[in-house]
Amino acid sequence: MRQTRKAVLVLEDGTVFEGKSFGYEESVAGEVVFNTAMTGYPESLTDPSYEGQILVTTYPILGNYGVPPRREKNDVSEYYESEHIHCKAIVAQDYSWDHSHWQADRSLADWLKEEKIPGIYGVDTRALTKHLREHGSMLGKILVEGTADVPYYDPNAENLVAKVSCRNVEVHGEGQKTVVLVDCGVKHNIIRCLTRRGVKVIRVPWDYDFTSIPYDGLFISNGPGNPDMVGKTVENIKKAITIGRPICGICMGNQLLSKAAGAKTYKLRYGHRSHNQPVRRAGTDKCYITSQNHGFAVDDTTLPQDWEPLFINMNDGTNEGIRHKTRPFFSAQFHPEASSGPKDTEFLFDEFINML
Amino acid sequence: MIERKMKKVLLLGSGALKIGEAGEFDYSGSQALKAMKEEGINTVLINPNIATVQTSEGFADKIYFLPVTPYFVEKVIEKERPDGIMLAFGGQTALNCGVALYESGVLDKYGVEVMGTPVRAIMDTEDRELFIKKLDEINVKTIKSEAVNTIADAISAANQLGYPVIVRAAYALGGLGSGFCDDEQQLVALVEKALAFSPQVLVEKSLKGWKEVEYEVVRDRYDNCITVCNMENFDPLGIHTGESIVVAPSQTLSNEDYHYLRKLAIKIIRHIGIVGECNVQYAFDPASMDYRVIEVNARLSRSSALASKATGYPLAFVAAKLGLGYGLFELKNSVTKVTSAFFEPALDYIVVKIPRWDLGKFHGVKREIGSSMKSVGEVMAIGRTFEEAIQKGLRMIGQGMHGFVENKEIKIPDIDHALKEPTDKRIFVISKAMRQGYSVERIHELTKIDRWFLHKLYNIVMTADELETYDEIQSIPEALLRQAKEQGFSDFQIARAVFKSAPYDVDSEVSAVRAMRKSLGIVPVVKQIDTLGAEYPAMTNYLYLTYNGSENDVTYLHDHRSIVVLGSGAYRIGSSVEFDWCSVNALMTVKREGWRSVMINYNPETVSTDYDMCDRLYFDELTYERVMDILDLEQPHGVILSVGGQIPNNLATRLDAAAVPILGTSASSIDNAEDRHKFSAMLDRIGVDQPRWRELTSFDDIHRFIDEVGFPVLVRPSYVLSGAAMNVCSNNEELERFLRLAANVSKQHPVVVTEFIQDAKEIEMDAVAQNGEIKVYAISEHIEFAGVHSGDATIQFPPQKLYVETIRRIKKVSQKIAKALNISGPFNIQFLAKNNDIKVIECNLRASRSFPFVSKVLKLNFIDIATRVMLGLDVEKPHKNAFDLDYVGIKASQFSFSRLQGADPVLGVDMSSTGEVGCIGADTDEAILKSMLSVGVRVPSKGNGVLLSTGTAKQKAAMLDAAHALHNSGYSLYATGGTHQFLTDNGIPAIKVYWPSQPDMQPQALSLLHDKEVDLVVNIPKNLSETELTNGYRIRRAAIDLNIPLLTNARLASTFINAFTRMSIDDIEIKPWDEY
Repeated sequence: MRQTRKAVLVLEDGTVFEGKSFGYEESVAGEVVFNTAMTGYPESLTDPSYEGQILVTTYPILGNYGVPPRREKNDVSEYYESEHIHCKAIVAQDYSWDHSHWQADRSLADWLKEEKIPGIYGVDTRALTKHLREHGSMLGKILVEGTADVPYYDPNAENLVAKVSCRNVEVHGEGQKTVVLVDCGVKHNIIRCLTRRGVKVIRVPWDYDFTSIPYDGLFISNGPGNPDMVGKTVENIKKAITIGRPICGICMGNQLLSKAAGAKTYKLRYGHRSHNQPVRRAGTDKCYITSQNHGFAVDDTTLPQDWEPLFINMNDGTNEGIRHKTRPFFSAQFHPEASSGPKDTEFLFDEFINML
Repeated sequence: MIERKMKKVLLLGSGALKIGEAGEFDYSGSQALKAMKEEGINTVLINPNIATVQTSEGFADKIYFLPVTPYFVEKVIEKERPDGIMLAFGGQTALNCGVALYESGVLDKYGVEVMGTPVRAIMDTEDRELFIKKLDEINVKTIKSEAVNTIADAISAANQLGYPVIVRAAYALGGLGSGFCDDEQQLVALVEKALAFSPQVLVEKSLKGWKEVEYEVVRDRYDNCITVCNMENFDPLGIHTGESIVVAPSQTLSNEDYHYLRKLAIKIIRHIGIVGECNVQYAFDPASMDYRVIEVNARLSRSSALASKATGYPLAFVAAKLGLGYGLFELKNSVTKVTSAFFEPALDYIVVKIPRWDLGKFHGVKREIGSSMKSVGEVMAIGRTFEEAIQKGLRMIGQGMHGFVENKEIKIPDIDHALKEPTDKRIFVISKAMRQGYSVERIHELTKIDRWFLHKLYNIVMTADELETYDEIQSIPEALLRQAKEQGFSDFQIARAVFKSAPYDVDSEVSAVRAMRKSLGIVPVVKQIDTLGAEYPAMTNYLYLTYNGSENDVTYLHDHRSIVVLGSGAYRIGSSVEFDWCSVNALMTVKREGWRSVMINYNPETVSTDYDMCDRLYFDELTYERVMDILDLEQPHGVILSVGGQIPNNLATRLDAAAVPILGTSASSIDNAEDRHKFSAMLDRIGVDQPRWRELTSFDDIHRFIDEVGFPVLVRPSYVLSGAAMNVCSNNEELERFLRLAANVSKQHPVVVTEFIQDAKEIEMDAVAQNGEIKVYAISEHIEFAGVHSGDATIQFPPQKLYVETIRRIKKVSQKIAKALNISGPFNIQFLAKNNDIKVIECNLRASRSFPFVSKVLKLNFIDIATRVMLGLDVEKPHKNAFDLDYVGIKASQFSFSRLQGADPVLGVDMSSTGEVGCIGADTDEAILKSMLSVGVRVPSKGNGVLLSTGTAKQKAAMLDAAHALHNSGYSLYATGGTHQFLTDNGIPAIKVYWPSQPDMQPQALSLLHDKEVDLVVNIPKNLSETELTNGYRIRRAAIDLNIPLLTNARLASTFINAFTRMSIDDIEIKPWDEY
């Protein structure tokens, strides 16, 4: 039998799930969230929106296709969604010790060890998911046998956006039009989706006053944690609304644009984290399967008169995007850039670019 | 919402089960009918497959047991005047028929609207050239292929593409007539055959070794699209997906790969304009993101049935609703009931589909698997590791294997070769290779199977190796035992690993493993299939068991209100949709009587595994171990074993020993009927006659017995369902040959030799008894004389040619047996009758294959009655008598020889049919015509030729009237030597043709076939001698390969010929079931 260290996941309500360690052998704490996607662990692990979270995969077999190489292309990561892993740890039912894929240059276990991220398997992730579904997302910690215990850690209590945003202004791509991208923890595929469409992207830190830069459009990225922590960005967006040039947002961007418009956000019981979230474009028969990863949502009953919902979640009716009734401002709660997940809504980038 | 309200819709079924088109279409048709019923639409169904669930009361409003051919469908349209027609639920048969009706203008003429995907779009996917052109328009890559209509063009196309090439017939079912060719010789042989089935043949570059991946895609008329599931073949491209082990979801695709192909699939179906469901098959380069689209099926398919069961998403139901005009957003997820049908299932388990072959049943068939389908059924195993799922699945296929390891050693002379040229044993060859030290890398080189799968299999081997280091069960460490169970090891495998080849008491050691793991708390947990990875609460009763989990999803009430029905497992030769019908009907009665109905079954092609058919569905194994696991949880009121065929029946004794409450006939009675000695002794005791038989262990004893009873004799092993390895031997040479072939069967199990009574009638008694008293019965007669397996025979009910005295005796004897065995439930007895003497051949204390047929012809549901008996309810004898019927039903068998390259299409005591139809007519003539046409036999065109080789003198005489009739009706008769002489002697003009063994003589029988001079071949083998078989074989095989109807039984041929010479097809009455 393979020799592995025992590891347990302890939830803040005292529930314990036993498993075995396959990643870095250290104990960690974070917010425990589940994702029902069946593929995409390299993308999820490097997605800055997972900052501070322990990721539980409901699909039981993990690591099948290894990990693609760490490589940059056009000054963003080629296969990852950021420079490093943001999750605190990953939890699965079964781990594939032997991976197989032509792109892989190492196993998931090796990568986790390299980035000092614990991984445990042998956990009934369906039971765990049901527990989280019934009791809501909660804090938890992974204790690996032979390593020191750690205290619980609540990532939502700190400004995670500040933690994951870029430090300096960066320029990506070239083009006639300029898009300011507010980096609240941007996934690299958003940058790829924009630059592929022939625009110059000026990526700025979350709290940067971009109104000083001449731009054709404003893009507000995804990001981790509680939108209430990101007041500075909201203030800047308010200014951008007055400027009136096209604005688009994704995920955290949707929440921040909503807040700038005057709406409120709230924490979902257990969030949407999957590749199969159905949304409907409000007032139409057009439906899309979307990739999502968020724990907070916009309360669209609090939207001011001149704003309206753009997309609606077909499962639970929550807000999936907003738009201004007359002006070129819109945003989506889901991820049109996918990566990981379905690419059905990538056309939203085109809609944005066409507005410029 | 729906624009035009449909009042009446016609649904085309798929007819008899055949290789490539099986039970999955009963599932899809049933779902479509349910969907329409919900809308208040009047439904009309055409399907001659009488054993299906969809042709049962309560599914369609009108049911026609008629062939699904343009001629008959037009007649029904003319009579019923439906507003719409659904073509996507009856496989290729329905699709082809619909396209023909569209092209001939029939649909237009009667104003029938095609629901769902438009016919134009169907044609774009079916015609290879149109298909490629269509995908070229959106820059989607297809496999480069050349459509040719002649052999010469095929040769030049292949030279251009470079060998190896693959040849496919257009418009063909599941790869019929297709295959790989490494050189010109192979190409010519294959193309000739393919052209016999289809006017167009495609030659394309082979992409052997690429991955094969499928997506099931759904689109509504608002252009909303979802992919419900993707699947990956374990075997790389080159092996038909129906022949391959398949997993869902894909395992070796990265997120980028997965969504790249998903996006393409959606792009494709949007462009083609599918409304409803379709599947897109890809070849995918294992070393880049290069792909080719292999094909698109614009209809429900075997894959879509699998996807439905794999995900819990009711594809056929939803496709039907979309066909009616709904948008996906208007439909609810029928598992959660609250979330939308517009979503993509998230699986939190892995599904493995494994094909079930029955190649051992055919003489001469090639065992290699490839681009054309040969498997007759499939199983689906669910687990939370690949190891667990595949080991479950390998047990489910039911061919004596216990999983990936710890099986009976198979003999493979050249492992390298066997890995390179896969046969139906491939997976076990891999097991053997690993055990012999082959590395994953080496096996990958030889098989091109992705290393991921091989590594997982290797994990199983490593665990087995470790288990084998222990010599007693108690010494296995807990962690290892747990790991073994998590990897799907059965208790049996663990016991065998420990005891290896040392003699041990299997049952008690397996029980010891069970006891030990239970004491350690190593028990499986029950998980739900809820379509969304537990994200939302779901009210689903669709369950499986796994060792990879710590918590049950179900709370058990232990109220003893459950009735567990054991299903029939994989479809195979001898057990298919008829037992599913029985299972479903038992479930419905159980539910109606107020009990909780619980099903255990693992066949994704069935209706019984639709989670809305019962209160709880365990999609899991029917092994003793797993059934006990479930019963431990359910603590049921009782278990029903008698409706799922032989698999549940075989569990009777062991379940009884474990104090499981078996409903109906007791386990000891079942054993008394199954055990040849006990049964025979009982017959002697109650004074019932049986053919003389002896169980023998040596050749000397066999010869001595034969001296006593004389040839021919029937030779077989005991305890079998469909006559596996059974044969009639007419002389010493045959006997020696057969016993040599079956030697490894007879070593451990003695051979049973039975006197074979020639020219005897075979009669079936299907009945239900309560406390030993027969409540309902149906006596039917075989058209063929005894010697043709009852599963292959053509059966007539009510009997038309039995003496009243014979019937009286059969009733009397049956009642005696029912009494002696104290039967409570369904049973079947087979009799031989000669003059008025009757002998019992066999008795099964369970429902038989013919239960749905007789139930539907008599319009009396035998399973409903049997189930009520088993529930202990008092059952009145119904006041219905078969003699009152002023119509007759004929059940005919469907053969799939065209799929089984090389197999000799001759019938014998071993069953070889893959399906059946049952048609009702005013008399034998009408009923036989309908049913023969339904199994694909065509009436020869007037003035065309019929080739006769009619066997022995006796058989020749039996065929004389039919030959006269053919001649008088203006057919030209061709006959081989002896038959020609006989016909001439009797004043019937015929043209003499020569056997293949006389190649210098003209005209040659074979060239006659190749030149399409004959429309019907009657070829009756005289005996089983080598030359007779070879000569006859070549003619029979040529008839099959060239798609010329073939009959090999004199009695059946006469009945059919008499029918079509006495009445024309136009005389056939178009009458639904309820009007009889």
